[in-house]
Amino acid sequence: MAEFTVIGRAGEVSEGEMKVFKINGYAVAVANIAGTLHAFQDECTHQTCSLGEGDIEGDAVVCLCHNAEFDIRSGEPLSGPATTPIPVFEVREENGDLQVSL
Amino acid sequence: MRRAVIIGANACGASAAGVLREEGFDGDVVLIGEEPTPPYERPPLSKEYLRGEQTLDHSYMRTLDWYDEQDIDARFGIRATGIDTAAKLVTLDGGDEIAYDSLLIATGIRNRQLDVPGSDLPGVFGLRTATDADAIREAAETASRVTVVGMGFIGAEVAASLRGMGLEVTVVEFFETALFRVLGPEFGRVIEEIHREHGVEMRFGEGVEAFEGDDRVRSVVTSSGARVECDFAVVGVGTVPNAELAQAAGIACENGILVDASLGTSAQDVFAGGDVANHDHPLFGRMRIEHFDNAVKMGATAARNMLGAEEVFDDVHWFWSDQYDANIQMAGFAPVCDAVVTRGDLADHAGFSAFYLDGGAVAQIFGLNRPRDVRRAIPLIRAGVRADPAALADEATDLRTLGA
Repeated sequence: MAEFTVIGRAGEVSEGEMKVFKINGYAVAVANIAGTLHAFQDECTHQTCSLGEGDIEGDAVVCLCHNAEFDIRSGEPLSGPATTPIPVFEVREENGDLQVSL
Repeated sequence: MRRAVIIGANACGASAAGVLREEGFDGDVVLIGEEPTPPYERPPLSKEYLRGEQTLDHSYMRTLDWYDEQDIDARFGIRATGIDTAAKLVTLDGGDEIAYDSLLIATGIRNRQLDVPGSDLPGVFGLRTATDADAIREAAETASRVTVVGMGFIGAEVAASLRGMGLEVTVVEFFETALFRVLGPEFGRVIEEIHREHGVEMRFGEGVEAFEGDDRVRSVVTSSGARVECDFAVVGVGTVPNAELAQAAGIACENGILVDASLGTSAQDVFAGGDVANHDHPLFGRMRIEHFDNAVKMGATAARNMLGAEEVFDDVHWFWSDQYDANIQMAGFAPVCDAVVTRGDLADHAGFSAFYLDGGAVAQIFGLNRPRDVRRAIPLIRAGVRADPAALADEATDLRTLGA
């Protein structure tokens, strides 16, 4: 059973948006794609830019520094300079909280 | 096709090798490169790697294990010395021959050398390989003053990195401002201003007459007669395509290796990609591009075409440069344009973007700290969308809505 950590409030990330949360210095980005939440490491594996400050295109998150693209569900690099996947995490809204399993 | 051979273990070559496997090709893939290291990204060589913030393996295109896992016959540290397009053979240094069914030539470019006295003095560096970057970093560790010759991308990035490492930096540049040939005078001056704010001394409109010093370079003599003292110098004054191998094989070359829209050369089953390829671009006309993203994408298209796809390469070209905290990006190509629309304030170095319109259609974008604008403009460029200049200039306009 995965252990979840509260990182924010439910409903905090609205549809089509991304937001970055810090947990013990580690940054997690949460994206809301058509009502479904996705959580993943904020730091791009290419040159450490913030993915949460990037763009969502379909099921991909795009790092705007150098156009690395990752599958938002699996974390696998899709195109651009990154070759290392980003960690992805389970995310849920419960009891009015936004929670991720790190 | 049983065997694909790639000459050039670099961004283009590694990309091609990967895509051959991703496409399900299960024959032999031979990847030949002169450098002893696996293919790596070159962009960090003037930035993170030069400054010692990252090791080279961080920038490997693929991990060392990947070549075994993917059953790639990696021949690193050896030079291809000949191609026989009739017998379909590649000769390696030492005499080994490798037969190919399909060949990709990605031999890249080398630095143009300044033909002036003293250019071979110790302490005069160029930057192309990790070894070059190591030499510059080593020199920087014990130096206090550097002269950078040329303020194109390499010169501007090296100047920024070395300034960030605490050196006194003087730039000598033939043109009137920074990145003049890519950005033109107006936007070039914005970059110039950023460097000035960081304390870089710049001498524009001056060439180099000589490098002086007894045992190693001590000063750079400019065309105005000035003698700029330095502990070492870095020269970035353009490049020469490594087309000799192809040319000797009778493959048509002119400013690189001539390739058609699908990256095919004049020889049967021989493709070329990356910096060495002079490409007949379906949107922009014939051009040779020296950027990482283009090399990777050309490698991918070349690989599919080696497998018979006949795919046209029509990427709109995108590239970036990082200098200090400034992220510069450009996409598209507009040698002629009837209007340049800016979004944001040029005087505000926090960022602005500029749209180049050709016949009313978005043909190119330049962004200073505006990567989102650049990313979102790429589909507009690809589709040649005619956009209302007022809408482009308006910060409130979501560029994604303009393509519809």
